[in-house]
Amino acid sequence: MFDFSVVTNWFNDLLIGVMPQWLATTIECVIVGALLLLAYTVLAMFYIMYERWVCAWFQCRRGPLRVGPWGSLQIFADVIKMLIKEVVGLWKTDNFLHKLAPYFVLIASVVVFACLPWGKGLQAIDFNIGIFFMTAVSSLGVVGILLAGWSSNSKYTMIGAMRSGAQMISYELSIGIAMLTIVCLAGTMSVTGLVEAQQNGWFIFTGHIPAIIAFIIYVIAATAETNRGPFDLPEAEHELTAGYHTEYSGIHFGFFYLAEYLNLFIVSGIATLLFLGGWMPLHVSGWDGFNAVMDYIPSTIWFLGKAILVSFIIIWFKWSFPRVRIDQMLALEWRYLMPIGLFNLVLMAIIVSMGWHFAG
Amino acid sequence: MADIQEKIGKLCPEAQCDASGEFLLITVPDKQWHDLARSLKEELHFDYLTALVGVDWKEELGVMYYLTNTETQEMIHVKVATTDREQPRLHSVSDLWAVANYQEREVFDFYGIEFINHPDMRRFFLRNDWVGYPLRKDYDDDPEKNPLRLDDEENEDNTYRLVEDEQGNVTRIDGKVFDDDEYVVNVGPQHPSTHGVMRYRASIEGELVKKVDVVSGYIHRGIEKMCESLTYPQTLLYTERMDYMSAHINRHCLCLCIEKAMGLEVPHRAELIRMMMDELMRLSSHLLSYGCLTMDQGATTAFFYGFRERELIYDIFDKTCGARMSMSYLTIGGVKADVHPEFINDVRHACDVITSKLKEYHKLFTGNIIARNRMVGVGILGKEDAINYAITGPSGRASGHHCDVRKCHPYSLYNEVEFDEVMYETGDSMDRYMVRMKEMEESIKILRQCCDMLEKEGIEGEYIAKVPKLIKLPAGHWYQQVEGSRGAFGVYLESDGDPKPFQKPYRLHFQSPCFNLVGVVDLTCKDNLIADLITITASIDYVIPDIDR
Repeated sequence: MFDFSVVTNWFNDLLIGVMPQWLATTIECVIVGALLLLAYTVLAMFYIMYERWVCAWFQCRRGPLRVGPWGSLQIFADVIKMLIKEVVGLWKTDNFLHKLAPYFVLIASVVVFACLPWGKGLQAIDFNIGIFFMTAVSSLGVVGILLAGWSSNSKYTMIGAMRSGAQMISYELSIGIAMLTIVCLAGTMSVTGLVEAQQNGWFIFTGHIPAIIAFIIYVIAATAETNRGPFDLPEAEHELTAGYHTEYSGIHFGFFYLAEYLNLFIVSGIATLLFLGGWMPLHVSGWDGFNAVMDYIPSTIWFLGKAILVSFIIIWFKWSFPRVRIDQMLALEWRYLMPIGLFNLVLMAIIVSMGWHFAG
Repeated sequence: MADIQEKIGKLCPEAQCDASGEFLLITVPDKQWHDLARSLKEELHFDYLTALVGVDWKEELGVMYYLTNTETQEMIHVKVATTDREQPRLHSVSDLWAVANYQEREVFDFYGIEFINHPDMRRFFLRNDWVGYPLRKDYDDDPEKNPLRLDDEENEDNTYRLVEDEQGNVTRIDGKVFDDDEYVVNVGPQHPSTHGVMRYRASIEGELVKKVDVVSGYIHRGIEKMCESLTYPQTLLYTERMDYMSAHINRHCLCLCIEKAMGLEVPHRAELIRMMMDELMRLSSHLLSYGCLTMDQGATTAFFYGFRERELIYDIFDKTCGARMSMSYLTIGGVKADVHPEFINDVRHACDVITSKLKEYHKLFTGNIIARNRMVGVGILGKEDAINYAITGPSGRASGHHCDVRKCHPYSLYNEVEFDEVMYETGDSMDRYMVRMKEMEESIKILRQCCDMLEKEGIEGEYIAKVPKLIKLPAGHWYQQVEGSRGAFGVYLESDGDPKPFQKPYRLHFQSPCFNLVGVVDLTCKDNLIADLITITASIDYVIPDIDR
């Protein structure tokens, strides 16, 4: 399997050869940042189209098909439209906060995005509390949403923001507990460490029962965390028109939109990292020929493919289920998901300490 | 009927009874009206106020009340009038029949009749700054008086009541709709879930709805006023623009009413085609209602499924009537053209497809745990309230109100086909939804029987009676009701017997079911969440153009 660190190390050596260390690091940071932002945008565009096609398929429609082959250029038209639309200024609002809010949401999502393991040796930063860092930063998004709802000075956005606050803080717990369950199994919080630990079997297989329970809890909580149906209460278009971003227009609305789709990818990416082996190919012990073939598929394709598959499940939820009500949503978290998650964590701890999990 | 007449004579000696019309007519002075109304409701069990029609008889202004006894389905009507045109006042019956609350506000809006003891005397449809009362015969329609106003309408928070003390003195008491410290959220008129330009002002506490004030009239077109300057065949056109989801049914009602007044016999085949169109319309309406209800709860995919099957019905309409919506197919004396040769096959095919797809709907939505949690026990409307608020149609039957006009007052050929009236008990949102789903099955049953009957009659036949070119009705008034997709739709037609060639209706009132439906929004949404407000209004299933006629 190709190791991307060969390329990055060669590039680093090349730079250090002609310039001082600090300049080389700065240039590398800028290049990595630019590449990440590019990937962010391209993935967001892909995801928007992906959801539209999947949704059309569920709804017996044909989806976008006019612009370009199979409507593939539709998204460029949409992005250009979004970019050139007027950002409508509002009266009687806290203008500074109103304009700041979308950046909070966007930055939170970009930072988590940067931490994902893209492939073998292809990672922007790797430190020993990687997964903890992701949870911490992703919580920043809720600040942006609360700000957006409050600074718009509208009753609808306010209700949407309050719902969002209640929802995200509640479901963060379940996500955290599900993550902790896997960390307990892996014995590390480092992103690379987590992937390496799944060399001989993904955690969803090696951790068997508690890992599967944790995966289910994670997917449900992640759906809620990203404000997607059936948990799309903060924007509940049939109740609150558009919830917290009702008063936004143009590219400021675009930022919310972008972050929402990328958050879908990010939670799927984290699920891939924690349960489905990150960029690790599918290996079955004993089937050497099969394993060799699997190794030929590049690691980045593995990661993206698995993440897109998990996203499909989350999209499937949205286009099948009705929306839950606020009290039912909170009851689901506090009465079911969290207690089950806690119990599951204890179960995992017992299994790990007794060595009842499959050898990884 | 003589029995009732005798009893009424005892209850109120001032009342005059006239049994010559289609229903017993009681004329009673305003002073005795409220007492008589109470006895009618409590002793004679006339608990369902079917229609309330304001009329201007030139020398006097007044109201016609159509009452139904829900046990025997007997109907009577009461005329109450006043000769005072400067400050016309009648006694309110909104304390007896809750439906009269909004109905009397409508009469106040158009005739300026103030109702004594009415809790909330505001205009219902027109702007607060409207000058004059448009349905009065002496209304001045000078555009100078009511120019096209380009400024915003102020929220009308001021209301008043007229309270009568024991000596009969009437005093005016001003009040407010909402207190200053209430958190009022504006839902509509531009809102994704009000199904049109409906506006609620909901006072909320956290997420709990405390009170809902209905603000209506954003697409009021004054159909009743316009009809007074049109000939009878021309008025038919407007019926389809009220509840466009029961276009054929509404038109059928007006046709029946005019035919009744003319004494016209309609050919059997024409009546059969009309009935089939009615049931197809009902099917399409319930499919739409399924779609909207699911959509309002966030199940967008189910919405598309409902619309997919609805296309089949629209294709049938397109082939036979030449249009998909506002078909203008029924006419006085029959239908405009015979059915398309493939009509019977198409209807049978649609019935088969919808029957099989109904299972899919239940699989996707009805059994879903989220959907059940959202609907079961939400927005309960008891049987008594349903009758009191005159809630008919699927929403009324969900509460156990036996109100299917096809069964209670059979019209057309509904006597000749077999079907069941779908009834539920609880009256929550789930029941209202289930009634519609079951009613689709009943409609399919009726359609299949009709297909057999039509097949026996052959491909072609007599589809319209001989109708005089100029339709003239004798002086008098008639009331006809049919079972619309959303409840009992009624037409009140009054003619002055004008001998001129192009006779126009003296008064034409449409008693639309949705107008009553919107009256229970406040009652059912109270102490529920905002999300429930959407579920409840979707399950009640009203159509805005039917409210704002």
